[in-house]
Amino acid sequence: MQSESSVAVQCHGIKKMFGTGNSEVHALRGIDLEVREGELLMLVGPSGCGKTTLISVIAGVLDASQGECQVFGESMQAMSAAECTRYRGRNIGFVFQQFNLVPSLSLRENVAIPLLINGMGYDAAMPQAEEALARVGLQEERVLDKPTQLSGGQQQRVAIARAIVHSPRLVVCDEPTSALDHVTGQHVLELLRQVAAGDGKALVVVTHDSRIFEYADRIARMDDGRIVNVYDSYQEMVEAERNLQ
Amino acid sequence: MLRIALNMLIGETGKYLGIIAGVMFASLLIIEQLSMFAGILTQTYSGITSVHADIWVMDPKVKSIDDSKPMVDGELGRVRSVEGVAWAVALYKGSTSARLENGDTEGISLYGLDDTTFAGGPAQMVEGNLSDLRISDAVVVDSASAHDRLAHVSADGTRVPLKVGDTLELNDHRVKVVGLCQVGRGFQTQAVVYTTYNRALAIAPTQRKNLSYILAAAQPGQSPEEVAARIGRVTGLGAYSSEQFIRKTLHYFLTETSIVINFGMSVMVAFLIGTLIAGQTFYNFTMDNLRHFGALKAMGAGNRTILGMILLQAGLVGFVGYGIGTGLACLIGLASQDSMLTFTLPWYVLAATGVAVVGISGISAMLSLRKVIRLEPGIVFRG
Repeated sequence: MQSESSVAVQCHGIKKMFGTGNSEVHALRGIDLEVREGELLMLVGPSGCGKTTLISVIAGVLDASQGECQVFGESMQAMSAAECTRYRGRNIGFVFQQFNLVPSLSLRENVAIPLLINGMGYDAAMPQAEEALARVGLQEERVLDKPTQLSGGQQQRVAIARAIVHSPRLVVCDEPTSALDHVTGQHVLELLRQVAAGDGKALVVVTHDSRIFEYADRIARMDDGRIVNVYDSYQEMVEAERNLQ
Repeated sequence: MLRIALNMLIGETGKYLGIIAGVMFASLLIIEQLSMFAGILTQTYSGITSVHADIWVMDPKVKSIDDSKPMVDGELGRVRSVEGVAWAVALYKGSTSARLENGDTEGISLYGLDDTTFAGGPAQMVEGNLSDLRISDAVVVDSASAHDRLAHVSADGTRVPLKVGDTLELNDHRVKVVGLCQVGRGFQTQAVVYTTYNRALAIAPTQRKNLSYILAAAQPGQSPEEVAARIGRVTGLGAYSSEQFIRKTLHYFLTETSIVINFGMSVMVAFLIGTLIAGQTFYNFTMDNLRHFGALKAMGAGNRTILGMILLQAGLVGFVGYGIGTGLACLIGLASQDSMLTFTLPWYVLAATGVAVVGISGISAMLSLRKVIRLEPGIVFRG
């Protein structure tokens, strides 16, 4: 049993409905989930099972219809929109499926965005952004390149640098390897583990890419808006699903 | 984040230049049309500005400078007797025709100036002296017409400009050109010919009343408006300062002629097209970046930050596009100075265009902002 202080994310009875009346869709049907500090939790399951909706609620970019989600002890539902935005800016890093890098900005400017959002000056932010790029293995001479000059794997590295540049406590990743080949995907996961999952931090990865499951500390399997199982390792999941068959 | 906003805009060179070109074209279109409209309006009262008089006195029914209704000569003495009038002279303004050497006739605006002072005459002589009007049968012709409408056409078809020393036939009266002058282009395109008041009456078809206008000046220490009002009260005539007469003429053209409907419609269409181009171009740019703004919101950028970014981008493209458009319009204005194009670029045209361009950039920014502000940051997690 984990102690209260080591819980990074605590979700209780999260429900999310889209639409109303006959067109109402239940995307999440009562989610209870705990993400521990220092771990890499993967949310897996078939397309449309609610993984992305859940990660959106956890990251505070989508309001839950019911239930409560606490991130490092702070309830996102209890915050005003402006407080939630500020909290997100300080404490959460994002890695998007499509990278979402701004094509007209240089790599270091893209990476510096979270620092600038948090009020750091442009000139102070650039060296830190360059440092973050170095941490993900992008050489100094490329910091002024534009994202379109990079391969998919390199763009995802930039996205990771952007997610960690302001040292957030929680990093959420949506299908971070879906646009990458197997080898590059493995490198990206190794990198994410290395830079985002550590003491006092947590990493939540949404994926349906089974090739990277082995990097998870725990795996939560979702189906039809519910968490159907939480496995303590990839091996445990494989064995449990083999027994089920 | 403002620097990021600028780099987002400038970093995509093609798009950036496209937006600037759109705003520039819009500015150029608006300035061009408004300037031509202003030019035409200026022409409607150029007959007033080219005569340097403090006060114009006329028949009370006169609606504009081109609508002179002759008065009896005795009115001149009545005006001179009004308190505060320093001097008053007669001005004849009428139309007649000139017969050219090839037999063609050309419409003429004939001005008859006070025989002694030549008050109301052209401010700028290109050749000769205004005082040469004292010579028998002398006239001064506007230089542009001398080179164009009144030029002699030789046997081989070449045009030989009318020059000092040449003669003209005005309404069967032979007159001699003693000078060429520069006059502001009028709303009517007739050639302008100056002579003395009495000679003008001899040339023009005789009427019972011949005095078109009385030009007057206020005594030192009295404003033209005050003295004009007094003349009006005492004589029952229409009396206006130059500024008042310009406004009266403009009012007539704007309210009682089709100039506003016809040209105004074309100005309005240009204005709408220009503003729509500028607005649509910037709106599209913001919409193209909607996903990026969504990502910024997800990463913690507040609506105020995004608002500042978009307004800065709108301000920059508006300012640069307006600046280049204005510059181009000025170049066109300079290039067309000696042409028939009625291009006048007063400060209010620049101001109106600036307000329109900045306004439309702001409005399109606001329209796109509505979408950005309503944008759920969760959009970035959807494929």
